[in-house]
Amino acid sequence: MSALLLAVALTVAQVMLALAMILAAVRMVRGPRAQDRVLAFDALYLDAVLLVLCFGIGSGGTLYFEVALAMALTGFVGTVALAKFLLRGEVIE
Amino acid sequence: MIAPALPLWLAVVVSVLLLAGAGLALLGSLGLLRFRTFYERVHAPTLAGTLGATAILLASMLLASFDAGRPIVHELVLGAVLFTTTPVALLLLVRAALYRDRHEGNIAVAPPPAEPGAEAADERPASGPQ
Repeated sequence: MSALLLAVALTVAQVMLALAMILAAVRMVRGPRAQDRVLAFDALYLDAVLLVLCFGIGSGGTLYFEVALAMALTGFVGTVALAKFLLRGEVIE
Repeated sequence: MIAPALPLWLAVVVSVLLLAGAGLALLGSLGLLRFRTFYERVHAPTLAGTLGATAILLASMLLASFDAGRPIVHELVLGAVLFTTTPVALLLLVRAALYRDRHEGNIAVAPPPAEPGAEAADERPASGPQ
């Protein structure tokens, strides 16, 4: 009973997070300006981190957690680099 | 690999946290799609970054702690990373967007910063009567 409830909630949460990623991807394709696309990329990787965490809850173990941590760090570096590029026209001066 | 002897109250708590976190992330992405200007859109994804991440991390922490039989808190590392990096990244992005809008003379979206002299003139009558 409790395992079934958890499995259903996990599946629904994964579907919702995948839908959130699709919406962010739509904004990334449509976004009228470059900063909209970068913002959508930020939301996209954040949703992906949460989705990987949900996979980790379903499977147990710490492998998925480490993947999520690496994704969060590289996504942050990517967003900052893109923001710097929008500000200056180059990433490293 | 969900433990078979999971008590019902824990399953309910974890399910509610999972659904709340995923729902907030979905709401944030919906806001990202629906709001009209960039400066409104910036507010939406922070919903997923703060409350949504908190709920899902808490669910993961509770379930892992139950499985191991002792407190598992390494999700706090990911929480700390998300909580410190999201505001920094979005602040840098908004500053870049503001710089671009000002550079293009897009006054309606981003008015130029007030001159130091005009600011002092505004302050003088306000501080006079007191």
